[in-house]
Amino acid sequence: MLTTFLLLPLGGAVLSALLPHDRAREARWIALVFAMAAFLVSVVMFVMFDRTAEGYQFVDQFDWIAAGDFTIQYVVGVDGLSAPLVLLLGLLSVVAVLVSWNIDVKPKQYFAWLLILEAAVAGVFISLDLIQFFLFWELELIPMYLLISQWGSGRRLYSATKFLIYTLAGSALMLAGFLVLGVEAGTFDMAQIAADPPTEAIVPMAAVFWAIMLAFLVKLPVFPFHTWLPDAHTDAPTAVSVMLAGVLLKMGGYGILRIVVSIMPEQAIEFRTVLATLAGFSVIWGAIITLRQTDLKRLVAYSSVSHMGYVLLGVAALGPVGLSGAALQMFTHGTITGLLFVMVGMVYDRTHTREISQMSGLMHRMPVIGVAMLLAGLASLGLPGMSGFVAELTTFLGAFGPHPTATIFAIFGVVLSAGYILWMIQRVFHGPPTEQWAHLTDAREWWEYAAIVSLVVAIIGVGIYPAILTDVVEAGIAPIAAIVEAAS
Amino acid sequence: MTLWEHIHYIGPALTLLVGAGAVFSIDLIAGRRAPVWGLTLLVIVVAFGWTTAQALDGTAGQALSGSVVVDRFSIFVTFILLVSVLAVTMAARDWLTRLDGNAEFLAMLLVATGSMALLVQANDLITLFIALETTSIAQFIMAGMARTSRSAEAGLKYLLTGAVAAAVLLYGFAFLFGISGSTELPAIADFVRSSPEGQRLPLLLAFVFIAAGFGYKMALAPFHAWAPDVYEGAPAALASFISVASKAAGFAIALRVFYTGLGGGDTFVAQDWAMVFGGFAAISMLFGNIGALAQTSARRLLGYSSIAQAGNIAIGIAAVAAGSTMGPSGVLFFLGTYAATNLGAFIAVTAVQERLGTDEIADYAGLMKRSPLTAGVLTLCLLSLTGIPPTAGFIAKVYVFNAAVQADQLWLLGLVALAVLNTAISAFYYLRWVRTMWLDEPKDAVSFRPAGPTQAVLLAAMLGVLFFGMAPTWLITAAQRAAASLL
Repeated sequence: MLTTFLLLPLGGAVLSALLPHDRAREARWIALVFAMAAFLVSVVMFVMFDRTAEGYQFVDQFDWIAAGDFTIQYVVGVDGLSAPLVLLLGLLSVVAVLVSWNIDVKPKQYFAWLLILEAAVAGVFISLDLIQFFLFWELELIPMYLLISQWGSGRRLYSATKFLIYTLAGSALMLAGFLVLGVEAGTFDMAQIAADPPTEAIVPMAAVFWAIMLAFLVKLPVFPFHTWLPDAHTDAPTAVSVMLAGVLLKMGGYGILRIVVSIMPEQAIEFRTVLATLAGFSVIWGAIITLRQTDLKRLVAYSSVSHMGYVLLGVAALGPVGLSGAALQMFTHGTITGLLFVMVGMVYDRTHTREISQMSGLMHRMPVIGVAMLLAGLASLGLPGMSGFVAELTTFLGAFGPHPTATIFAIFGVVLSAGYILWMIQRVFHGPPTEQWAHLTDAREWWEYAAIVSLVVAIIGVGIYPAILTDVVEAGIAPIAAIVEAAS
Repeated sequence: MTLWEHIHYIGPALTLLVGAGAVFSIDLIAGRRAPVWGLTLLVIVVAFGWTTAQALDGTAGQALSGSVVVDRFSIFVTFILLVSVLAVTMAARDWLTRLDGNAEFLAMLLVATGSMALLVQANDLITLFIALETTSIAQFIMAGMARTSRSAEAGLKYLLTGAVAAAVLLYGFAFLFGISGSTELPAIADFVRSSPEGQRLPLLLAFVFIAAGFGYKMALAPFHAWAPDVYEGAPAALASFISVASKAAGFAIALRVFYTGLGGGDTFVAQDWAMVFGGFAAISMLFGNIGALAQTSARRLLGYSSIAQAGNIAIGIAAVAAGSTMGPSGVLFFLGTYAATNLGAFIAVTAVQERLGTDEIADYAGLMKRSPLTAGVLTLCLLSLTGIPPTAGFIAKVYVFNAAVQADQLWLLGLVALAVLNTAISAFYYLRWVRTMWLDEPKDAVSFRPAGPTQAVLLAAMLGVLFFGMAPTWLITAAQRAAASLL
């Protein structure tokens, strides 16, 4: 089933690339059909997922390379940690295709790269072999780089290159770390390594820990490695921003939970204060910078830095509650920020500016977009009844015990986020309607509605009935928490 | 042994050398209308067939009074040599028809390949040196054959550094002979295995001299100075041949001498020569990558890139000594994937130069629109050189780095850390080039197609890069079996 999920977007990409004519119509329908098919597979997977069982489910496994000492498996599987992320990826990929409906520059290539991006991220979330994980991690760079640099706006080349260099520099040492782990353990199979983790290597395990951790901290991103993110977001096309904020950042959080905490719990405990401090800084610094933004898209981008700080805070708590909070935050942030970027994209499509100071009273012209933006904003600042609240509350509950100071800073971040979100909504959508925007129209295409509705349903659904998600997440976090418990 | 067996053992090398004579003769007799290009291809195909026969009937053993040896290792490397000379000959068809003296070039190419095939079979220092010098002289001649001032400069530079390298190598051999009392590799190996502690320092000196001599062939820093100039100035066909075949032969013979001839990875001096190569590897990666950053000429950039790649491969040799079982096979596997990758890249660059008359990377702007095949293959090869999946270069790097980590020594781990960071640096110039081809607007919209044989080579390289990237088990197994035959 997971292999199907991986292959469907690839198949769509190949089909799209082979189209005889470079016309948007065929390319986008192919992309939509294949993204929908992959989404349906992920839904079926999520529904059929056994929420009481521990361990990996839907496992496909065979030796990809088997040559003497050098064995690399193809092994995919999901547990409660990755299952929600796979579902999120399926959903956001459909949304990404929908909001790309207007793309008319080289549509064949565009949709092919978008689907390859989906496949690469899928590979990261479901790979259970370190080398295979690294392969997909690197594979994701090329579609991202081309999507930003070719279909982006503004200083797109600069931003795409910055993204590439940061990620590559971050992940370079990750490979070295993986090789050390694999050689010490005698296998690259994540489950086997986590069951019997190497306790010493040729270098101190702390060095291995940081070599791997750095890649994930850059990806998450955490202060001070976050500067690539606002640039990449600002200059990326809407769909790519949705994918970037929605799922690509989660690769960092996922990697920390799946690999760093599960395999090196002792080092995670040793450095938990450092991580919590970084998290607190990220939340506060991200929020303060967000307050200062005058560009609508940059504002949402910086808010991601702040919100991903919560994920790291939950991780640093290292208890079942905090870790669950981190995992929940990854899912909910994906849907919420995904929706925010979709709405920013729709506003930009109409106004052709992202300067907040130039906008005023847009609610009068586009009530649907305004209301959806408001919903996303409220969810983002953690209003009860929406998914963001559940995740943030869980994170704070888990983190307060071990890291009271960082948690208080982070809670202060929520106050700031209320500030920047509401202020932004007020400046953009309220106030007197101006003559300049009198001609603007509201969302009216079917694909605009489809993109908005699907994300709003996800946000409110999880907010009202969190158990649909929390059951799964807790089943996935329990074994990781047990590993940490055993190590402390 | 029968005479036939002696002939069979050196069959591929003999075919190439006799073929070179045939190409010369037919040109003398029939003049300019002689089908020398076709004849050269025929010679290569026969050599291919002979090597395949050796591989299939499991030929192994010494011949010619122990001066040459045939084993899976020599067969593996001979295949790489033949693939490169075939690709180079095919891609050079149009250039050769314009060249005054095409038969001489082709004959020299066959001489160079034939003596390389003999080189990788060499089992004593004298055979080795003679084969190496024959290869070099043939290449010096070819380097100057384009009759441009750049070509002449390249030829002279190659000759002068080559002469110094040969002298240094011979000096090292003299040391080795003086210490061990033999020129035969098995005898030297026996001597080293007897752990003559008192000879440690002279042995170390011999290692450094010999490694320097081979380092010239491999384009390993600090013996790399010729590489960018020769890559840029020599005829393109020769440059692509040097970048793959010469490097493969250099690494092969280094493995043969250091691994077989010095008694394997567990002798009392193994750690010493491993560190020599480790040092060269580190310098090569740094020099190559930093040098490549500033290049605007495509072929010069590939020259620096080949220095950096030599550093990557040398990590495999360094890993040998520390007891990594994957080291030698890592070198061979990397050479195999590198052959497909670098031939593809170099021949694509040659095709662009042939059609557009420029070597400046800035002129690659919009190549994707002008020649999708050339740009596509070049993109894939550059990704492979960077080491990005799903290309062969990714697996090759993971394999070699894994070999070094497996050795479980701190300095090797440091070398790997340096190598992965260098990979990130190299991404900058490789991908900048890719970006130019895909995103920049072309100066004019004239599209072009490479010549027929060149297209075939480019497609083959693309298939190789993808196939070895996605299903590398076969090549890795072959490399492991070849490496196992070394001891």
